[in-house]
Amino acid sequence: MTSTPTGPEPAEIPEYPMTRAAGCPFDPPPDLLAEQRKGPLTKVRLWDGSTPWLVTRYADQRTVLADRRVSSDVERPGYPSPAPIQPGGSKIGFILMDDPEHARLRRMVTAPFAVKRIEAMRSAVQKIVDGLIDDMLAGPKPVDLVESFALPVPSLVICDLLGVPYSDHDFFQDNSKTIIRRTATPEQRMTASKNLTGYLDRLVDEKLDRPAEDLLSGLTERIKAGELTRQDAAQMGVLLLIAGHETTANMIALGTLALLEHPDQLALLRDTDDPKLVASAVEELLRYLHITHNGRRRAVLEDIEVAGQTIRAGEGLIVPNDIGNRDPGAFEEPDQLDIRRDARHHVAFGFGVHQCLGQTLARMELQVVYSTLYRRIPTLKRATDLDQIPFKHDGSVYGVYELPVTW
Amino acid sequence: MRVTIDQEKCVASGQCVTSAADVFDQRDEDGVVVLLNEHPPAELAADVRQAAVVCPALAIQIED
Repeated sequence: MTSTPTGPEPAEIPEYPMTRAAGCPFDPPPDLLAEQRKGPLTKVRLWDGSTPWLVTRYADQRTVLADRRVSSDVERPGYPSPAPIQPGGSKIGFILMDDPEHARLRRMVTAPFAVKRIEAMRSAVQKIVDGLIDDMLAGPKPVDLVESFALPVPSLVICDLLGVPYSDHDFFQDNSKTIIRRTATPEQRMTASKNLTGYLDRLVDEKLDRPAEDLLSGLTERIKAGELTRQDAAQMGVLLLIAGHETTANMIALGTLALLEHPDQLALLRDTDDPKLVASAVEELLRYLHITHNGRRRAVLEDIEVAGQTIRAGEGLIVPNDIGNRDPGAFEEPDQLDIRRDARHHVAFGFGVHQCLGQTLARMELQVVYSTLYRRIPTLKRATDLDQIPFKHDGSVYGVYELPVTW
Repeated sequence: MRVTIDQEKCVASGQCVTSAADVFDQRDEDGVVVLLNEHPPAELAADVRQAAVVCPALAIQIED
């Protein structure tokens, strides 16, 4: 009798990331969902031949992401890197660090994202949204919703919060796009990163001399107090600038497309004046679309148990929250878009100490957008066929490159 | 119901305030959780439980 194999044969291990099915642009890749049905813990193969564990189910994903024995540090043994690691260039801000240094740096920028501070920005965001819709209605059609609306809304908001001149938006949007494009070469990504860090470094320098009422000026106080280096301040600025506009922009455009494809859901949202239903729609679209489709990545520092199996120190974990949000164990009929369901426990912003810092801002922006755009342009529709729309299959953040609309 | 919080664990996600603003608040200086009511009334119990579920840092404990 032969011994029982302890895991799948190497040839059977599927490659990750996986591809979405043609015609199903809002659903995770079928092969990824198949892994979830296979079991709570499977293995995948990465670009470099490494075979980290895939944590497929919602409850285990939360447990693992909240476990202090797993690390976000790309330089730890076993970390499943999405691309070759550039020496000294990979730690953009605190998202790839562990506590206590992660917590020390993160807490320097949490105050402006507190719920009351974000609520105080709501009327200003409403004005931005209304102004951009006025411009669209006054201009030619069809129009690209990404360029005219989805990208400017969060870019204007994060620029104001950070203290970055919006007039530089072409520069920072182009470089951000390169950094998050999966197909960018390491050299291209490095150059874009250097461009942005240099830009933020000059801004920080200006604010050291002439502080204003914004987040970057707040960081200069930390620099003066010796708590933060200028380089760390610039890197935090880069992180917040990218995270602040790319993610929300994709949720606006992809969310709009998803609603246009689900007219009953769009009608519910368009015809309501109940802020609770609007908030519920935001949570459901965050769950359903889950735009960060690269999987959260972690290295295991000490042996841990996941779904009854021991994972050894030095092994890697991939936590695909996109399929966690489609786990039937956590959401009834998970593949249905239903804005009336309670989806607040979704993991679209991740879980654990690294959960999205800007989530309250993102929620507020999306609530303003989703409650305004379809009410003000009730006949909004696609200006091209669904299969002509370019999706960001190659981005670490999913969405659409363009969304031609008319009304 | 008795609520306890751990300010050291808190990562200032603000989700407790969004869930139950009468029970949780945030410090001005860093957004870390502040407990407003250790014994919330029964009508807020569901919101408080929701806050504990969505807290990403597992910083909210509830005893019945």
